[in-house]
Amino acid sequence: MHIMMNAAVSGTKLPFGDNVLTAVLGYAVVFVGLMMLMTLVYIMGAIFKKLAAREKPISAAPIPKTGKPGGDAPKPEPEGEPARGTAGEIKLYNVSDKEAAMIMAIVASRMGKPLNELRFKSIKEVTDK
Amino acid sequence: MNILDTLKKLLLESGFAGFFQNGGWQNAVMIVIACGLLYLGIKKKFEPLLLVGIAFGCLLVNVSYFLDLTEADALYHPDLWSEFLDANSEYYHSYGHIMAHGGFLDILYIGVKAGIYPSMIFMGVGAMTDFGPLIARPSSLILGAAAQFGVFFAFFGANLIGFTGNQAASIGIIGGADGPTAIYLTTKLAPELLGAIAIAAYSYMALIPMIQPPIMKLLTTKKEREVVMTQARPVTKTEKIIFPIVVTIFCVLLLPSTAPLIGCLMLGNLWRECGVTERLSDTVQNALMNIITVFLGISVGATMAGSRFLTLETIYIVVLGLTAFCFSTVGGLLVAKIMYKVTGGKINPLIGSAGVSAVPMAARVAQIEGQKANPKNFLLMHAMGPNVAGVIGSAIAAGFLLKVFGA
Repeated sequence: MHIMMNAAVSGTKLPFGDNVLTAVLGYAVVFVGLMMLMTLVYIMGAIFKKLAAREKPISAAPIPKTGKPGGDAPKPEPEGEPARGTAGEIKLYNVSDKEAAMIMAIVASRMGKPLNELRFKSIKEVTDK
Repeated sequence: MNILDTLKKLLLESGFAGFFQNGGWQNAVMIVIACGLLYLGIKKKFEPLLLVGIAFGCLLVNVSYFLDLTEADALYHPDLWSEFLDANSEYYHSYGHIMAHGGFLDILYIGVKAGIYPSMIFMGVGAMTDFGPLIARPSSLILGAAAQFGVFFAFFGANLIGFTGNQAASIGIIGGADGPTAIYLTTKLAPELLGAIAIAAYSYMALIPMIQPPIMKLLTTKKEREVVMTQARPVTKTEKIIFPIVVTIFCVLLLPSTAPLIGCLMLGNLWRECGVTERLSDTVQNALMNIITVFLGISVGATMAGSRFLTLETIYIVVLGLTAFCFSTVGGLLVAKIMYKVTGGKINPLIGSAGVSAVPMAARVAQIEGQKANPKNFLLMHAMGPNVAGVIGSAIAAGFLLKVFGA
């Protein structure tokens, strides 16, 4: 290949055509390489999703309700406010954003895990009645 | 013993006398530059962990190595390294000659020359990096690739200006915003430019919060910057363990010249994720990373001898480096804008700017700019995907350039 031949002459100036070709080819190699890697990671993800889906039915067995006989069924929880900045993933019940952030940081610290590896679904203030 | 003769000899052989001899003024200028870099590192906190070491290495070489004085006391000997690189010299590629005649910094520099320090820094980076956001959203890899645009743009520009292919490749890689990769490639292809390229690379990395925001605002609309991205899927532990193995196999088979960088990056990450090597992961992230940073900084700084550094080439490198950085940001942003359109507005284009490696600084800038447009926006984890993809992308770009221009 012409470019490779030029490379053999270490320390020489590239002709204009080779300059353009090397730049375009280099960018293309990075793009194609990373796109192929992306495909591999997508395949890997799909395999793991399938595996997780197979395991789900076992873990998602219905939990029997433990309401008092003859008593009222437990009331569904009122919908919490989505926490700001979490794309609506974490529901907050009577907890301010600041307190929620503090709680998440404490939990991460106690568990010795980075915060981004933990997934919080909701934070609820429990009060004594 | 004649006291006057002794005093005269002491004076004439001192560094102070060196300032008044051939090229001595260059040493004086470099001492001022070293002090300026120390100021930037210490006071302005520009990548202080490396810049302070680089600046002090520069100071040490310029107070100990003068063209017309005896080189016996010099800590670093550019002439020894010229012989080392000269194919016609009897000391061509002779580390033994360096060990026998080199100073303290020459011996430390062997680790740079052999590509050991940059690779080991990559090991530490791997151990500190969570690839989860990238695994959860593999399309981030496209942004990591797009943001290598500046590398090849600056390569093209450097060739036009008159640099050789090897030098242009080393200058272009500044656009990868990845210090260890820039150092690794430059020591292999154009070691004479190492000081200038390392300084440019680390200075611009430190200046990312100033360089990127104007480009981000210029290329995106407020509506695009306000986009709140949905949380990516959770990534299992097993996926995180398999990922570094898959990337190593794929990238090294694709471009064997990436093996030292990608191999070390992924080994560090595997130690972090596999869960049975916590001691190693901890050592690589902290103790080893610090030790290598000491060696790398001081020995890279040592290459900044006045007689070699104060050239027109250095000014070109500084300008081309900035161009490379800006165009890498542009490349990432433009492709992210395309992704914004294709996904119907689900991708915030700001995360494209994080495709330049500079982990995690570039991701932080995306987060800050996103939050300025919409205070409810938290882009940090979304931007970490392209950010770590950029590390892989710049290593592949370096591997390609090494393959084409390496001896």
